[in-house]
Amino acid sequence: MHTGKIRQILLITDGCSNQGEDPIAMAALAKEQGITVNVIGVMEHDVIDEKGMTEIEGIAMSGGGVSQIVYAQQLSQTVQMVTRKAMNQTIQGVVNRELQQILGRSQSMEDLPPEKRGEVMEVVDELGETVELEVLVLVDTSASMKHKLPTVKEALLDLSLSLNARTGGNQFSVYAFPGKRNDVERLLDWTPNLQSLTSIFSKLTTGGITPTGPAIRAALSSFSEKRSLRSLLSDDDESFFEESV
Amino acid sequence: MMMNHSLKSRYKVQPGTAVVGKWHNNQYTILKELGYGANGVVYLVKYGSRHAALKMSDNSMSITSEVNVLKSFAKVQGTSLGPSLLDVDDWQTGGTKVSFYVMEYIQGPDLLSFLLQKGKSWMPVVFLQLLNDLAQLHDNGWVFGDLKPENLIVTGPPPAVRCIDVGGTTIQGRAIKEFTEFYDRGYWGLGSRKAEPTYDLFACAMIMINTAYPNRFTKQTGGMAQLKAAIKQKQELLPYEKLILRALEGYYPSAKQMRDDLLEIVTNQTVAAQPKPSGGGSFQQSGNKSSTQYTQGNQKKKQTNVAKQPLSRQTYRKKKKKSSWKEFFIIAAILGALYGGYIFMKLL
Repeated sequence: MHTGKIRQILLITDGCSNQGEDPIAMAALAKEQGITVNVIGVMEHDVIDEKGMTEIEGIAMSGGGVSQIVYAQQLSQTVQMVTRKAMNQTIQGVVNRELQQILGRSQSMEDLPPEKRGEVMEVVDELGETVELEVLVLVDTSASMKHKLPTVKEALLDLSLSLNARTGGNQFSVYAFPGKRNDVERLLDWTPNLQSLTSIFSKLTTGGITPTGPAIRAALSSFSEKRSLRSLLSDDDESFFEESV
Repeated sequence: MMMNHSLKSRYKVQPGTAVVGKWHNNQYTILKELGYGANGVVYLVKYGSRHAALKMSDNSMSITSEVNVLKSFAKVQGTSLGPSLLDVDDWQTGGTKVSFYVMEYIQGPDLLSFLLQKGKSWMPVVFLQLLNDLAQLHDNGWVFGDLKPENLIVTGPPPAVRCIDVGGTTIQGRAIKEFTEFYDRGYWGLGSRKAEPTYDLFACAMIMINTAYPNRFTKQTGGMAQLKAAIKQKQELLPYEKLILRALEGYYPSAKQMRDDLLEIVTNQTVAAQPKPSGGGSFQQSGNKSSTQYTQGNQKKKQTNVAKQPLSRQTYRKKKKKSSWKEFFIIAAILGALYGGYIFMKLL
């Protein structure tokens, strides 16, 4: 079994999209490409309205990921929990598929007796520690998010601290929507460390619209751009990784 | 931790409900909820005539992973790391499947409530016990991870500290699975989230600070400065100041060495007539003594580096001085020779 590479989009938002494509459809598109979409809804004292809530859950569901609504103060720990949980889900999916091949159809980890499950869990744990992880963070910078942005920055620095303690490699990229000119703006290109985020975040301006759908689409093209760039560098061994995830 | 339980839907199981395992067919009667951790709810259950604690979660992975930790603890002979494991099973209830495991019920107040009830004189005792347990845990290749007062129960009599909730327990060298910000060195910007003994010892020092600040505090400036100031403000922490600071710096490579230092403080405190000044002074001595032993300690390495640098700089300066004198003489000699030659030519 190849260790594989896990690719995730982490969407941090505080409400409903109001421009462009349907974000739930875009999330489904991501899932088809083997990219998980996780959503974190950030509340202040107010509660996110029903419509926003449904959309957040919908995006995560069709994107095969995890969603969580959270108060701004609790963001740091949630960001790392969601990322880790989604990563484990993906790994478990891969392990389940392998199990089905060995044990026959309709067998998954849950169908094993608890004693056997422990051994499989050790494999899942091991993979979670060593797998390569690519996380593209999409930050909603609509006006209502303005005073939450310092917390978002802290949470992302904390995320890179958590994930960089793993043995496996990490790549992060950060996009903001709406951008200065376009729907989406790249803040940080793929990097193993988010430290450089500190200076960028202070310069961010917030806008009025929330083009969540176009943002997810742009994120997807960033993933494929990355792949094609890599093939140019003739890093041949990378290509087979994609199959297993 | 507070935000984690909402990540999974919490199971509200009414007291009196019978939980029957799908694989082993054991029946447990729910008595009451004991608490909820990051990955599930713990209930007090009745099994036959015995009481036990039952943890259930819809996330079978986290249950399995905790069971793995408890099983590996069981292999370590004669220790009391974590509760002992009694059963693992699934429970089919109304269309959903819940994973659970049953463990020994450890009864008692948590560490902070215990110290509040019994007084501060118990503080060193409790921490000596805890460090002993941590040393054993580390020797077996684990790091507790989510070390905090809520996860430490003082049972008894005689009072003994026990760790419950092994959800954060991680194999050394991997990334910490679960943590609580106040006790996490990453949160304070004082280290990585790699599972190493020093990670637990940092948390242990934070629990010591926590005993003087029951409501904890949040990061302002972060870093060592804030924590140092917090220790200085509390009279009861002053005897342990050096010890706590060293643990925060990651100076102690093992729980045993931290325990030795704590033991030395305590014995000096009881022997000396005036506890504070002499206690502090003798500790400094003991610190110096022990620092020669800890060859692995990071701090030690740093110290030798610092010590080396000025030395080499001095010799460098000396060398530089020497060479400049040499230069001067050579130039003077050449100039002298040239001048001599010039005079000689003139005379001719």
